[in-house]
Amino acid sequence: MSTSPKFSASLEQGGATTPPAHALADVTASDSTLRRFLHGLPGVDAVGLEARAASLGTRSIKTTAKAYAIDLAISMVDLTTLEGADTPGKVRALGAKAVHPDPTDRTTPATAAVCVYPDMVAVAKEAVAGSGVKVASVATAFPAGRAPLTVKLADVREAVAAGADEIDMVIDRGAFLAGRYLKVYDEIVAVKEACGTSARLKVIFETGELSTYDNIRRASWLGMLAGADFIKTSTGKVAVNATPANTLLMLEAVRDFRAATGVQVGVKPAGGIRTSKDAIKFLVLVNETAGEDWLDNHWFRFGASSLLNDLLMQRQKLATGRYSGPDYVTVD
Amino acid sequence: MAFEYAPAPESRAIVDIAPSYGLFIDGEFAEAADGKVFKTVSPSTEEVLSEVAQAGAEDVDRAVRAARKAFEKWSALPGSERAKYLFRIARIIQERSRELAVLETLDNGKPIKETRDADLPLVAAHFFYYAGWADKLDHAGFGPNPRPLGVAGQVIPWNFPLLMLAWKIAPALATGNTVVLKPAETTPLSALFFADICRQAGLPKGVVNILPGYGDAGAALVAHPDVNKVAFTGSTAVGKEIARTVAGTRKKLTLELGGKGANIVFDDAPIDQAVEGIVTGIFFNQGQVCCAGSRLLVQESVHDELLDSLKRRLSTLRLGDPLDKNTDIGAINSAEQLARITALADQGEAEGAERWSPACELPSSGYWFAPTLFTNVTQAHTIARDEIFGPVLSVLTFRTPDEAVAKANNTPYGLSAGIWTEKGSRILAVANKLRAGVIWSNTFNKFDPTSPFGGYKESGFGREGGRHGLEAYLDV
Repeated sequence: MSTSPKFSASLEQGGATTPPAHALADVTASDSTLRRFLHGLPGVDAVGLEARAASLGTRSIKTTAKAYAIDLAISMVDLTTLEGADTPGKVRALGAKAVHPDPTDRTTPATAAVCVYPDMVAVAKEAVAGSGVKVASVATAFPAGRAPLTVKLADVREAVAAGADEIDMVIDRGAFLAGRYLKVYDEIVAVKEACGTSARLKVIFETGELSTYDNIRRASWLGMLAGADFIKTSTGKVAVNATPANTLLMLEAVRDFRAATGVQVGVKPAGGIRTSKDAIKFLVLVNETAGEDWLDNHWFRFGASSLLNDLLMQRQKLATGRYSGPDYVTVD
Repeated sequence: MAFEYAPAPESRAIVDIAPSYGLFIDGEFAEAADGKVFKTVSPSTEEVLSEVAQAGAEDVDRAVRAARKAFEKWSALPGSERAKYLFRIARIIQERSRELAVLETLDNGKPIKETRDADLPLVAAHFFYYAGWADKLDHAGFGPNPRPLGVAGQVIPWNFPLLMLAWKIAPALATGNTVVLKPAETTPLSALFFADICRQAGLPKGVVNILPGYGDAGAALVAHPDVNKVAFTGSTAVGKEIARTVAGTRKKLTLELGGKGANIVFDDAPIDQAVEGIVTGIFFNQGQVCCAGSRLLVQESVHDELLDSLKRRLSTLRLGDPLDKNTDIGAINSAEQLARITALADQGEAEGAERWSPACELPSSGYWFAPTLFTNVTQAHTIARDEIFGPVLSVLTFRTPDEAVAKANNTPYGLSAGIWTEKGSRILAVANKLRAGVIWSNTFNKFDPTSPFGGYKESGFGREGGRHGLEAYLDV
């Protein structure tokens, strides 16, 4: 069984205290060793987790703290359009907005990335050329993931060839729920390989479908063991997407993974985060759970489309003292 | 740039503290018979908040006589009528909860987050809960028509001034008793505001009497021959003295005393939530909680992992202005208490336990103690045996469930315990063997008016809260 190059490299260095690095390398030897490892992770008490997430939501973020948080949040947005009706024109508009989110105020930071379907990668790439804004693409038969591996890999390779800097893959939730963890692991490893050295891999769990917090923690470790650069909550296409609690849980997982292996993995909550207030609460979770090392757009992202405009309106309000309304920010 | 939170202090303007307060006897505020007064200070700033009349033996006698007179009419009211008053009080507490929360934080030093989100909702809930019982006493399981005892003399501590008042007064009034209550000398203000609430609710004169004062007033109250029931929450030493005073009289007595709660973490526990629970267990109200989980018993196999997580978590605790809603750790209630905590922590160090605190700046005025944990603690250490009543956690280890139970029970106290495990059968098996009045599982320091609270051994006897809480105020 192969492990990702990045992960093997870190094992060579020897990670932190627990668990011993060689034990982690062995866990992917078979379905049963992997299951034993994932089921041996500490459980999650749902009541306690949600209470902690709620209590962190009451931190006061105002004035300078708020201005900082809003700019930080803008720089973390993966500006996303994932519709059947996407056209080159729509994607170009999105790209322009990602580069200059607020045309009336050029001090506004650019977003982290634009996120599109694979066939739109080339268009998006051109639209953001030279700006530093990345192009992310949802490959692997997004959002259901119900396609043969060969098709998923072809999807990924096409997107990478078209210039995608980041690949957002969905895991096979069916296999995960059936307990076939090694299949999920192998797929992630294969996709990571298809990403090559140029694209970072975000692994989407669709936490709403995984249903329990224990499953979310297991999926997080599974994804990280397989070489994910980012772990991501959801596609935004189901009823329950990112929540403070599931994001808190994933932040704990990346924190613990780094402590165990020395490898840092990013986190991306996606779907359902619509207001600045919500986004800032997520930043507090990052700050107090994983820590400051995760407080930039290399390690934390928001998968959102409507969030950006609310951030911009709040930013304008902080700058002018007035709330201008939706006609003073651009529609996508 | 670091992610700094903005200060968000609650406004003091919402509470109007008078320069001086009297004793509340027979529905009126009055000076002490000997004219004595004392000052109450804010522990976070050492600012003098107000000057309060100091009750003496003569005032106690006056208050008990007022309560005795009021008892006749109050106990004769139908339960449904008493319930109306209690419901009214509960609603006024809700309406004035912001004001009371700020007041309590000023007078006690605990964070506004706790007074606003924990204390005050519980205070109101206790009055609502016992208001509901007032007309159903026939069905409480104590036989038909259980009778009240008479005058209840109640002495409460400074750690939860208003909540302890609610625990004492709500069941007493619901069952038809009248009350003379002595709040602690460092935190008399919320009880005096409660006196005002009684007037606002139109409660008949003399049903509730409040006597701010020191230990001598408490002793006089306990010893007063016309008191029928004594209820005390506080230190074990004072509790023993009260038990001696009351022995041989016909007074009914309940004591809710100290504790040295064991918080047991098994190796299959939900670690991240256990860390939160440990924090809640010992740093809630700066550890000034009788049921605090002050002894952490960790299974050796997860000791290092858990301690790493715990230390990291403690580093995110925010200590400072208790009125700021971002504050997790407020001030220690008094200079005396701070001295006691300091002495015991120093002793822990001297006896060889390993002391650790997060990097933490303490404000220059007021009484402060950084959150502290001790590792390498054994049953033989003083800090594993004596109640510290401060933000100091002693960490011990165990290897098997039997050892955990043996160590948890190996204490003169028996008030609370916590069990952290994902295994339901283990929760039940271990809980059955623990000698503690309250056992939490996968949570800690959660309170509810419907749930009885009280201790074993030197943690006292009798139960407050729930249906059991009625029994202490009824002739059964």
